[in-house]
Amino acid sequence: MLSFFLRRLLIAIPTIFLISIFVFGLQKLLPGDPLLVLAGEERDPAVLEFLREKYRLNDPIPVQYMTWAGNALRGDLGISLRTNQPVTELIAQKLPVTLQLAMMSLIFAVVIGVPAGILSAYRKGTMVDWVANVVALSGLSIPNFWLGIMLILLVSVKWQLLPASGYVPPGEDLWLSIKTMLMPAFVLGTALAATLMRHTRSAMLGVLTSDYVRTARAKGLSERKVVLKHAFRNALTPIVTMTALLFGELVAGAVLTEQIFTIPGFGKLVVDAVFNRDYAVVQGIVLVTAVGFIVMNLLADMAYVLLNPRLREA
Amino acid sequence: MKHLTLTTALVAAMALPAAAQDLRIALQSDADVLDPDQSRTFVGRIVYASLCDKLVDITPDLQIIPQLATEWTVAEDGMSIDMTVREGVVFHDGTTFDAAAVAANIERSQTLDESRRKSELSSIASVDVTGDYTLTLNLIAPDATVMAQLADRAGMMMSPTAAEAAGVDFGLNPVCSGPFSFGERVAQDKIVLNRFADYWNADAINFDSVTFLPIPDTTVRLANLQSGDIDMLERLAPTDLAQANADDSITVVSAVSLGYQGITFNVGNGEKSETPWGQDKRLRQAFSYAMDRDAINQVVFEGAYAPGNQPYPNVSPWYDDEFPIEARDVEKAKALLAEAGYPDGIDLTVQVPNTTIPLQLMQVVQSMAAEAGIRIEIVSKEFATLLADQSAGDYQASQIGWSGRVDPDGNIHQFVTTNGGINDSGFSNPDVDAALNAARKVPDTDARKVEYDKARAILIDEAPLVYLYHQSWITAFDSRIEGFTAYPDGMIRLEGVTLSE
Amino acid sequence: MVAATDPQAGPVSDPMSKPENRVWKKLRHHRSAMLGGFLVLFFIAIAILAPILPIPEPQATDWGAVREAPSMAHLFGTDEIGRDVLSRMIWGAQASLLAGVVSVGIAVLIGVPFGLVAGYFGGWIDAVISRFTEALLAVPFLILAIALAAFLGPSLTNAMIAIGISATPIFIRLTRGQVISVKVEDYVDSARAIGLPTRMILSRYILPNVAAPILVQATLTIATAIIAEASLSFLGLGQQPPAPSWGSMLNTAKNFLNQAPWMALWPGISIFLVVLGFNLLGDGLRDALDPREH
Repeated sequence: MLSFFLRRLLIAIPTIFLISIFVFGLQKLLPGDPLLVLAGEERDPAVLEFLREKYRLNDPIPVQYMTWAGNALRGDLGISLRTNQPVTELIAQKLPVTLQLAMMSLIFAVVIGVPAGILSAYRKGTMVDWVANVVALSGLSIPNFWLGIMLILLVSVKWQLLPASGYVPPGEDLWLSIKTMLMPAFVLGTALAATLMRHTRSAMLGVLTSDYVRTARAKGLSERKVVLKHAFRNALTPIVTMTALLFGELVAGAVLTEQIFTIPGFGKLVVDAVFNRDYAVVQGIVLVTAVGFIVMNLLADMAYVLLNPRLREA
Repeated sequence: MKHLTLTTALVAAMALPAAAQDLRIALQSDADVLDPDQSRTFVGRIVYASLCDKLVDITPDLQIIPQLATEWTVAEDGMSIDMTVREGVVFHDGTTFDAAAVAANIERSQTLDESRRKSELSSIASVDVTGDYTLTLNLIAPDATVMAQLADRAGMMMSPTAAEAAGVDFGLNPVCSGPFSFGERVAQDKIVLNRFADYWNADAINFDSVTFLPIPDTTVRLANLQSGDIDMLERLAPTDLAQANADDSITVVSAVSLGYQGITFNVGNGEKSETPWGQDKRLRQAFSYAMDRDAINQVVFEGAYAPGNQPYPNVSPWYDDEFPIEARDVEKAKALLAEAGYPDGIDLTVQVPNTTIPLQLMQVVQSMAAEAGIRIEIVSKEFATLLADQSAGDYQASQIGWSGRVDPDGNIHQFVTTNGGINDSGFSNPDVDAALNAARKVPDTDARKVEYDKARAILIDEAPLVYLYHQSWITAFDSRIEGFTAYPDGMIRLEGVTLSE
Repeated sequence: MVAATDPQAGPVSDPMSKPENRVWKKLRHHRSAMLGGFLVLFFIAIAILAPILPIPEPQATDWGAVREAPSMAHLFGTDEIGRDVLSRMIWGAQASLLAGVVSVGIAVLIGVPFGLVAGYFGGWIDAVISRFTEALLAVPFLILAIALAAFLGPSLTNAMIAIGISATPIFIRLTRGQVISVKVEDYVDSARAIGLPTRMILSRYILPNVAAPILVQATLTIATAIIAEASLSFLGLGQQPPAPSWGSMLNTAKNFLNQAPWMALWPGISIFLVVLGFNLLGDGLRDALDPREH
């Protein structure tokens, strides 16, 4: 088993290397001169030339890549062209924000998705199942930026129930923090709830027809106990692994949601950085997100193997 | 729901002891680096208005008044300026402000590699410190614009001690001498400034802290103001005016900006200028006649901005009354096109930033031009790309504006003089060069105006830039705030501003 | 953007029979698939019929009727420069459907051949393609699309290319997986034994057997792609004004939420319905093409 993990780890190395080249190349291809924006309205040629030297934009591209990758390996992702802040510091500032959003969305998703999935599987083929499916697919089909602006219009502008935007750290004011993030988390959670519902349903369907559920029923246990205790417990493994994988997608899904609700997280940082041509920030964030995604996948795989004794022997 | 509200009230009551008053201001975007020498954004300047005092300030009608400099006199020959600075001023780190600090600041602005202020201070040759609180600015040549430059970022005073120690990283922890000192910054989230107890004019300041929050979406900014999450916002969208005015708890004030918006034609910047549009002024004149500037202002900006045909609005003392905004004249536009050899109309490609307002404006312009036979193709580009293409001359016409400067020179000289720093149009005319260079040198306002008017007559005829409108800075705030004045530079000055509970 | 779940359909077991009739029969009785199909057909119809429908020109401006609420003259109201929202919505269907179909077409045309090659040959070719795929998949779909669209420049065509490239790894991985499970089947072995050229084996025996899940995935990815195009347009990187598109209509509308909520309502509902249509249809197709469920 150890060799299995080791192999997975080794495979991740060339993947990360490719990502780094990719991320770097993409930035170099972006049109427009970031320095023209940076040089200020007057665009003083002396300043432009100095900045070009400073950010080593006059070096040949392979040299630029080596410098960047070398620094990145030492944990230095450069500094933001726009605010002069180190990219690692920016990431450290933004990560908790997006993680909080992701966690809260996940809670929404689990609370809505899992029970709906169980119910739908239990009532397979009935109207309940069909409705649950269509509702789930609707959740997947709503463009979440649209849902976001409609909610802002109704809940914040018209009814003035929740703040329309922003972020409050939970350490500062927990209740306000949760309140501020309620709408974005709901928006992000809907699509996820749908995915989770569908996975729960198929996992439950597999378990509900299995022998031990039949045995449990034969023993005369209540339906409630059979479904929730026996069946659901056995369906839990794939659901948990799936949830771990979805977490990665959540971070990606946060991109537009953060834009809509002006949440100063990862997604907003990267989109603004693309538009501002803040090279170092785009490179840093995409690299960190991608590596994070790979790590999450690795962990999910490991969890899956560890939780499944049968696979462990294989 | 009742329970929920009660809890909120309780939490709010606990979190906000009545004594500490925080003013929360929403900005349209996040500020860039907080170093006045390196800074380049408009919102950055709004933060500085509370953080960094300048040598001089302006009044709402653009008179230059003392701030840290109390007196100044320009020498007879215009080659030097004697200046006295305020006594008893300290920087946020305790360093004393004096004439030597001014000299150090000007030197930094001129020599720091990253400095964006070099061109603004290029006419200062040296600074002589003549006493603890007196100094002389020696100029390379007479320059009527120097004091106006010192009324903005070039005149902001940073603690020389802190600037020396932090070097290029000064912006991470700026130390100035303004009414508020730097507290903390979370990029894209907030900038917090705290009251500076030793401020020289501390009596005029009534807040314990100011928090700047970047909220790009105008609707969301207003929603936050209406719900009380913020106290003030800058740049209310004209389309939100009606809603804000209808709300009794909100006050709206506005001032026409110093800047302009319009279309820049490529008349001499590389190959793309060798089109009829670049070579024949009659086409550009026709374009200008095809525009209904009032309608643009009404349709796109609810009439809240100011129509324009010159680099300064018609409320400015520098506006040339000989060339008032002419009414739209489609027939004349068509006649000019026919005269130039295009009786059946002509195509024009205009590049425009891919954001809402410029796109909306261009679509209105497009349909107006179409009625005169000018078929506009809109090419929208991201701002970074647009700027690069414009600078390289890779465009036919470009929709771009200018944020504006206190001195008229800043709105015109560098755009239309031969080899001007941002003369993307590629315009070159010896008479315009002569007039605008002369206007820089004569100190007398009336004499300067004569020179600007000379240039104006040629520029209106040649039309390398067709001006369309001047933005207004619309500030909205909680009606309990009193004492706030809107300035044409769009800054938020907090002296004398109060918020009653 | 959370992608729809992976299709679980297995290979069609007998390549020589004609499964179309059976599939159609199942599909016809699939309530949600029929609903989805209807939605999709409806939007295709209005997109095609847009030029002949009795609606105003989508770009005709009217200064006198700026941001007017829905009325008999303008059923869905007018926008910020007095254009008819209904007309722009109908014309906007073209952009959205085109974006969905073309970008998925790009992804399939690039992804499937790579997946075939990787799955069939294995070895170092597979290793290289797989690492590439993983690297692309690790970068969040929308971030990749935004960066690509910014690089290519804002336009509908470029948005389609950006989305297509971003969606490619999904098809590489899917095809590869399917090929690996199909290539060990007896009929492939025997084809190889009688010395058929690899090209023939791939096109005659492997491809038809992996086509079903690809079709299902393509349908579902169209849904994702339409949302992605709307998202890019919303950020100003897709269809450019004055040409109508739902995403760019929403981008403008968010500035007028209060004064003209209808500007945001209709394009949003349109995106929702057409995406729902493709999702329902894709789901139904999956059920109908799945030989395990009869």
